[in-house]
Amino acid sequence: MKNHIFRPLCAVICAALLTGCSGAAGTGSGTAENAETSETEESEAQTLTVSDMDYYTRFKGQNLSINVYNWGEYISTGTDAGTLNVNAEFTKLTGIKVNYTNYATNEELYAKLKGGGTYYDVIIPSDYMISKMIKEDMLEPLNFDNIPNFSYIMPTFVDPAYDPDNAYSVPYTWGTVGLIYNTTMIDIPKEDIDWDILWNEDYADQILMFDNPRDAFAISEIMMGYSINTEDPVELTAAANKLKEQKAVVQAYVMDEIFDKMAANDAWIAPYYAGDALTILEDNEDLDFVVPKSGTNLFVDAMCIPKGSRQKEAAEMYINFMCEPDIAYSNIDYICYSTPHSGAYEMLDEETRNNPVSYPGNDYLDENTTIFVNLSDEANLQMQTLWTEMKSAENETPNRWIVPVFLLICLGLMIFVLIRRHIRNKKDIY
Amino acid sequence: MKKLKAFAAPYLVWMAVFIVVPLLMVAYFAFTDEEGHFTLDYIANVGQYTNIFVRSIWLAIIATVICLVLAYPVSFILSRMKKHHQGTMLMIVMLPMWMNFLLRTYAWMTLLGNNGIINNLLGMIGIGPLKLINTEGAVVLGMVYNYLPFMILPLYSVMVKIDKSLIEAASDLGCNPVSTLFRVVVPLSVPGIMSGVTMVFVPAISTFIISRMLGGGSNLLIGDLIEMQFLGNAYNPHLGAGISLVLMVIILLIMTIMNQFNPDDQVLI
Repeated sequence: MKNHIFRPLCAVICAALLTGCSGAAGTGSGTAENAETSETEESEAQTLTVSDMDYYTRFKGQNLSINVYNWGEYISTGTDAGTLNVNAEFTKLTGIKVNYTNYATNEELYAKLKGGGTYYDVIIPSDYMISKMIKEDMLEPLNFDNIPNFSYIMPTFVDPAYDPDNAYSVPYTWGTVGLIYNTTMIDIPKEDIDWDILWNEDYADQILMFDNPRDAFAISEIMMGYSINTEDPVELTAAANKLKEQKAVVQAYVMDEIFDKMAANDAWIAPYYAGDALTILEDNEDLDFVVPKSGTNLFVDAMCIPKGSRQKEAAEMYINFMCEPDIAYSNIDYICYSTPHSGAYEMLDEETRNNPVSYPGNDYLDENTTIFVNLSDEANLQMQTLWTEMKSAENETPNRWIVPVFLLICLGLMIFVLIRRHIRNKKDIY
Repeated sequence: MKKLKAFAAPYLVWMAVFIVVPLLMVAYFAFTDEEGHFTLDYIANVGQYTNIFVRSIWLAIIATVICLVLAYPVSFILSRMKKHHQGTMLMIVMLPMWMNFLLRTYAWMTLLGNNGIINNLLGMIGIGPLKLINTEGAVVLGMVYNYLPFMILPLYSVMVKIDKSLIEAASDLGCNPVSTLFRVVVPLSVPGIMSGVTMVFVPAISTFIISRMLGGGSNLLIGDLIEMQFLGNAYNPHLGAGISLVLMVIILLIMTIMNQFNPDDQVLI
């Protein structure tokens, strides 16, 4: 989830270096890489089976196209063996062209939709953003007759808190937030690790923190025993104070950079999303991931149709297609997040299904996790203000007159110079 | 002359559509609330971010001064070189700009990291690890590194026009090298200094990606603050527009004052 700008960036650097190397050496790594990709392309020649051919082919030949707006790296592109290129398969099956574009944050998606000028048919926002959009009447209610595959969705994820009547969204992925840490540096046993480790002075300057007020406040709210959806000004202020205390031990406030910094051992501990964390664990065996016992945030990303969609039925067909077991499996295999799709879950290998990080079990989810819902405008504003204040806080309190006084001095100086020049010019005449 | 003016028409249209209209929209957003009523609240609220403004101006000034100090001798030496060497050297100055800005800043993240290359090298000779990244120093470094060519190029193009005989005449008439520099070279290169300072200071004061990548998120600059209003949790384009407007006024004032020191009455902005 969240933004994936930096990983493609990293890949670009690597690719640039690789081309540089192979260009200079003339042999070696570059060639080996090519051979590998062509091999995977051959092995993924897999056939797709769908439940109802007639349903999918009814728009064929009409030359339709839909605009899909999704997170970066959030759909299977068929590069891994045994998976499908989802968008290409959809076009092949239905004849509907998919214009696929990416965003990096929920807020970017929101700003884009609010700004107008473009329209989308399918978007995949997260929980709290969905409830915000429902409240602001930005989503189309779905016609579930056109999405028969909704029956695959596990009961736990039907009628979620962010969409209580389940009229607007079809869950796509979910996951929990936990702590990723370096086992060689942190000697606390795994079962004892809790959120307070992020405040531990022994690890000062080795701690990374979310650079996003909602996620950061949630951690401090869980520690203080508040709801992560609290709108109480007193509780929000208390949570912000807690975050202010933490500032002294935090190395940096980051989002995607967590990925690279943890993999490069630049920091010892950081909060992160379970799905992405599993990917880092594969890269660096010193790292481990734990979901703190005092509870955490459960996030769900779900498919919706925004108001202004021009091909609503085709969009519903796309959503239904994404819920085909083969497709859902391909996607989840690529993204590494957890799936709410029972068909895809069945197809996963046993190791993944029993992985407590990805699938901690329904009892655990019910008892220890909460889903974000949208906060009121006042609470959002307060949170944003507290967050900016916390981040820009310095030891001395700033005097809010500095800037106006500075401007006045500038103005005075300017007038002075102008007058001086005027007098000089007058002198020059004579 | 009249015919020549027609060639400026495309730019005029461009300017009207993509510069003037957006500026008016920024002003409109800054002075209205969500219902479209006139309000000064957002402009007044900018005051609470004073320390961010002060920090941004301060860091931008430091970066500009460092750029000037670094670039001045380089440009002078460059302008006194043989013509065919000048081309090669200029290309070397420009070389980093061929690579994407983000990638260059990203590279500094790996260089300055706690386990980065610099700290590893320092570790070999028994120093450190030093806290290099996530500091104000790292932000200034990022600004200097990224904007240095913008200082060198205008300085160089002005200095290359300074006649060698002027410098020779100065020393013939008894100027020592130091007073030659300050009484001949510096006054003649003032226009270059002015445009160089403008070209470094303005982007430095409004940058946001450098401070985010190298400042660790705890060295907020105005650019970050504005970005947060549009792409942050509290979607508040009115406050964002208000901050942008105040920033624009500040830059405009600073630039006007600087222009006053220009001896030839040339307007550079």
